[in-house]
Amino acid sequence: MLFANPFSLRKLGILGMNNRNINFIGKYNERKNYPLVDNKLQTKHLAQEHNLAVPELLGFIEYQVEVNSFEKYIKDEKSFVIKPAKGSGGKGILVILDSKNGKYIKPSGEELDKTDIRRHISNILSGLYSLGGKNDIAVFEKVVNFDDRFDGFSFEGVPDVRVVVYRGYPSLAMMRLSTSESDGKANLHQGAVGVGIDICTGKALSAVQFNRPVKYHPDTNKELKTLEVPYWDDILYLCSQCYEMTNMGYLGADIVIDKQRGPLILELNARPGLAIQIANDLGALTRFKQIDKVYGKHKTIQERIDFSKSNFCSKG
Amino acid sequence: MQSIYKILIFSFLLIVAAFSLMWYKIVYLGFPLLQDKTENIWNIQAKITFNSKYKQSGVVSLTLPSKQNGFLIINEESSSPNYGYSVQNVNDVRKGVWSKRELQRGSQVLYYSIDIIKDRYSKVDPQKEFEQIIYQEDVSTPIMVAGKSILNSIYEKSANATTFTSLLIDEFNQKDPSQSTKLIRNNFMKNDIQKRDTLLKMVDYMGYKVRTVGALYLEDRKRNVDLVPMLEVFDKGKWQLFDINKGRISNNSHIFIWQRGSQFLLEAEGVSNSNVKFSITKNIVPARNAALVKDVKNQSALLDFSLFILPNETQNTFKFLLLIPLGALVVVFMRVFVGIKTSGTFMPILLSMAFIETELLPGIVMFIVVVTMGLVVRSYLSYLNLLLVARISSVLIVVLAIMAFVAIMSEKLNLEYATSITFFPIIILSWTIERMSIIWEEDGAKEVFQQGTGSLIVSVLAYFAMTNQTLSFITFNFPEVLLAVLGLTILLGRYSGYRLSELYRFKTMVKE
Repeated sequence: MLFANPFSLRKLGILGMNNRNINFIGKYNERKNYPLVDNKLQTKHLAQEHNLAVPELLGFIEYQVEVNSFEKYIKDEKSFVIKPAKGSGGKGILVILDSKNGKYIKPSGEELDKTDIRRHISNILSGLYSLGGKNDIAVFEKVVNFDDRFDGFSFEGVPDVRVVVYRGYPSLAMMRLSTSESDGKANLHQGAVGVGIDICTGKALSAVQFNRPVKYHPDTNKELKTLEVPYWDDILYLCSQCYEMTNMGYLGADIVIDKQRGPLILELNARPGLAIQIANDLGALTRFKQIDKVYGKHKTIQERIDFSKSNFCSKG
Repeated sequence: MQSIYKILIFSFLLIVAAFSLMWYKIVYLGFPLLQDKTENIWNIQAKITFNSKYKQSGVVSLTLPSKQNGFLIINEESSSPNYGYSVQNVNDVRKGVWSKRELQRGSQVLYYSIDIIKDRYSKVDPQKEFEQIIYQEDVSTPIMVAGKSILNSIYEKSANATTFTSLLIDEFNQKDPSQSTKLIRNNFMKNDIQKRDTLLKMVDYMGYKVRTVGALYLEDRKRNVDLVPMLEVFDKGKWQLFDINKGRISNNSHIFIWQRGSQFLLEAEGVSNSNVKFSITKNIVPARNAALVKDVKNQSALLDFSLFILPNETQNTFKFLLLIPLGALVVVFMRVFVGIKTSGTFMPILLSMAFIETELLPGIVMFIVVVTMGLVVRSYLSYLNLLLVARISSVLIVVLAIMAFVAIMSEKLNLEYATSITFFPIIILSWTIERMSIIWEEDGAKEVFQQGTGSLIVSVLAYFAMTNQTLSFITFNFPEVLLAVLGLTILLGRYSGYRLSELYRFKTMVKE
């Protein structure tokens, strides 16, 4: 069979794109709040106001004339990340791990020179990666030194945790591990591995790459089942706080774990994708319905997390 | 939940509105739903001939037809160089009057012609009173004596004016009539006019309301015919029409009545040998034109606000523009139901519009050629470190150059079609090339191929929707269909079920 029966998908509670757009994003995410998450610079400022940990901001460039002197915004950091403030789907993110003698080294080992960097910044400002093609801002931030416990789980890229927070309740989580195929990027459709994470323990459930189940990381052959996310309770708390901060009912929080600083909010997403269901081998609607039933009962963040932890445990 | 019902009702209303407007136009305004229907426009020409005396002044007047049931007079003209012409109303009868102060010697010709079209919605209230002068004095006694016995026997057999007149006409059309009938026929019915007038007197004698009619049978290519003398008898609140040789006419949709009552058809002063003859021609026109002409005549409010009042050139533009919503509907459908990835939301529509100009196959080939060459050029440009806008502009110039080159090559090779490549929306193409090359860098060639193919598939489908003859005929003639398209689009916009692509994507999650 080439296609699944739509009724069996419904029975499994799988959330479809149209349903997501109309009944979740359209219903629970107010348009006026979009800039809070669509603009990464705004998200960063907002998070700092709320005392939520984010990767350190080095600086930002708004105008083409500043492009030539970009070095002063990196503040002598040898490693840094340049990203468009309004980019989506991980587009336009440039990670530099080391710089010496005017050469900049990407995680893949590829060397760039100053003109490459300038071109990249200039592209960002012209709006090449922004949602509507509008002028954008290039944001510089410190590179996250990811926790040693992820050694072997990721290839040339920072692994991150994506948690879908539905009406303030953490409901689904996955870890996104970059591969050689994904070119160091953590996007599933580009070939990153998605590992479903048990909401109650932070331990790996099942893993997929290109929508197919996998057991081992394709580059490092590390068994994915052994993956366990550290600081799990802190992560749940952090992403639940994002709900209070943005007031978005359907939110994807991307969290990275820094060796020194612990969990940091990398970015927020008002339109989190559906692949997380495949990684968890679970339809999102089943959990969303459970949350709808108790919505309003729990007053504090901790109460909501406790509900999620006691109800969304994997049986296995 | 409530908003879903609102939307359902709203789109349902839009669709119903669209279809009832269409229905109204088809049923009451006679618009054809399909393209090939034709209708007839009848042209009737009256040719007036007369001889004139030198340097005399002359006035010729012809009784003109007026509004009548089942027909619409759509055009009326007289060609009469050097004559003064006016239309006058005399006792509710229209007359065309030609006049001249100094006539030329010899025979003269005047023409009057009208175009009529059958229109079952054209209705005229029957006038009960109508002036009909009946001269009784020449009905001499012996004839009326003979006539009386006939009239009495028919009167007994009949029930009303209609049956009486029918039986009377039958009586005088018998092959082997009685003595008295034969007598009257031989003496008072030497020609059709006489026959009609005698019949008229007889019907009138019995106290029925009756009048004379001059009519024309609508048959193509009739030349130099006279008006057919007929009778009308008032019965059951209607005037019933009788052909004096054929009897009662129940279906008069092929008969055009030129004249009613006893006034002269042609009156002339200062001229001699005046005569009028008629000829009839049938013109076949597309039904829509006919419907339009009718509605302009009937002054339908709907048409007063329609696209047809626009100048021709603008109409042609709209013919094209009105197809875009169909293309958009295809795009929405492919996105929402199927889930095909395209590069840019409305890129496929613009592409299919280009395909309409270039024709499909050459268009597809050209698109692939231009985009591939554009991508190659773009990858070279990326070494030059240009600012984005400058780079896209460079791609644009290169795309133009590629088009020019292909056009010249195809001209040399005698491939006519490739010259129409100029219709490609080059700015959109340049942006597409730029975006595709970025996708290539970031997501790899596979994604580029996917989006490119998706765009092509959707644009080809949109092309078929937009070039469908029937659809394009309907959208132009019934622009209200757009309301239905809008309704459908709104409905699609609320479709929250799975996409076809998702049935594939989530396939592995369904366990046997």
